Amino acid sequence: MFYIYCPYCQEHREEEEFHAAGQAHIARPADPDNCTDEEWGDYLYFRKNPRGLHHEMWVHAAGCRKFFNMTRDTQSYEIKEVYKMGEQPQIVSEQDSIARGTA
Amino acid sequence: MSDVTNVEASSPVQAGEQAAKPQVAVMNLLAGEGPRADSPLAHAELGAIAKQSDAKGGVCLQELKLLGHLVLRGDPNNQSFVAGVTKVLGVALPAALKTEVIGELSVHWVSPDEWLLIMPAKQAFQLERELRAELTGHYAIVNVSGGQTVLRLTGPDVDKVLCKSTPYDVHERNFPVGKVVTSVFAKSQAVISRSGEEAWDLVVRRSFADYLWLWLQDASAEYGLQIKG
Repeated sequence: MFYIYCPYCQEHREEEEFHAAGQAHIARPADPDNCTDEEWGDYLYFRKNPRGLHHEMWVHAAGCRKFFNMTRDTQSYEIKEVYKMGEQPQIVSEQDSIARGTA
Repeated sequence: MSDVTNVEASSPVQAGEQAAKPQVAVMNLLAGEGPRADSPLAHAELGAIAKQSDAKGGVCLQELKLLGHLVLRGDPNNQSFVAGVTKVLGVALPAALKTEVIGELSVHWVSPDEWLLIMPAKQAFQLERELRAELTGHYAIVNVSGGQTVLRLTGPDVDKVLCKSTPYDVHERNFPVGKVVTSVFAKSQAVISRSGEEAWDLVVRRSFADYLWLWLQDASAEYGLQIKG
């Protein structure tokens, strides 16, 4: 069981109040009419399944009903951080840094 | 048949002033004297049970039925929204997980941009009109009186019943008087607020009211359940 900190309620709650809502930070192609089928297909259907750090969305379904982001280790199940919608993660894996061009 | 006299524009636009303020038709949802209004637990006939039972139990249940419930939404960082609400209510909107009680009106924090206002049914229409007259810009007020009901639990053993029903820690150090949380309750949800040392209010959905009534009877059986009509 997770014991999850909701950044909106500002306290820890039991996992059964939450629902996982998939991968976070999925950017919609800026110009869908002119992107390739591959880009659109990646956006719609293809998701990461990393072994290690994963940025994902959760929703406090039985509480304040707000979505927020979480960085979680899929191996150890450790929750590294939670952060509000629109914010960027503080903890990123090496692959993420390379993909973002910040490494 | 809607009573036409009960439908009003929230704020008549005066010539040259606030021309952009949209007109909203607000309807008084009170049925009036004619049609009978039934609470979600009307079929349980709590009043009749209360007369029959004189048992002194560790848990006392009372339905605070047919109250007025308004959901108020807006941005707490918007100064004009906060100032307008404060002017109408007389107090500032409560911060996270807090309840504010002003006479017969209670204001519960539900979410960072959402509050639940509970008051006697007859005041709901008036309060909604006052808020709409005062507020401008991006906000929402919805009368949800028919969609939920309040169950008041009192007694020395209520905390034990709550421990069985919700994963949230209801101990004094984590759940002082005046706090409100929305959490899982049995297999449903409830807005749980502590109004006194041994007094708790549950705001539950109408469609779950019967299920939770049955659940509460079962969960409090070992402590003795007393019904207050």
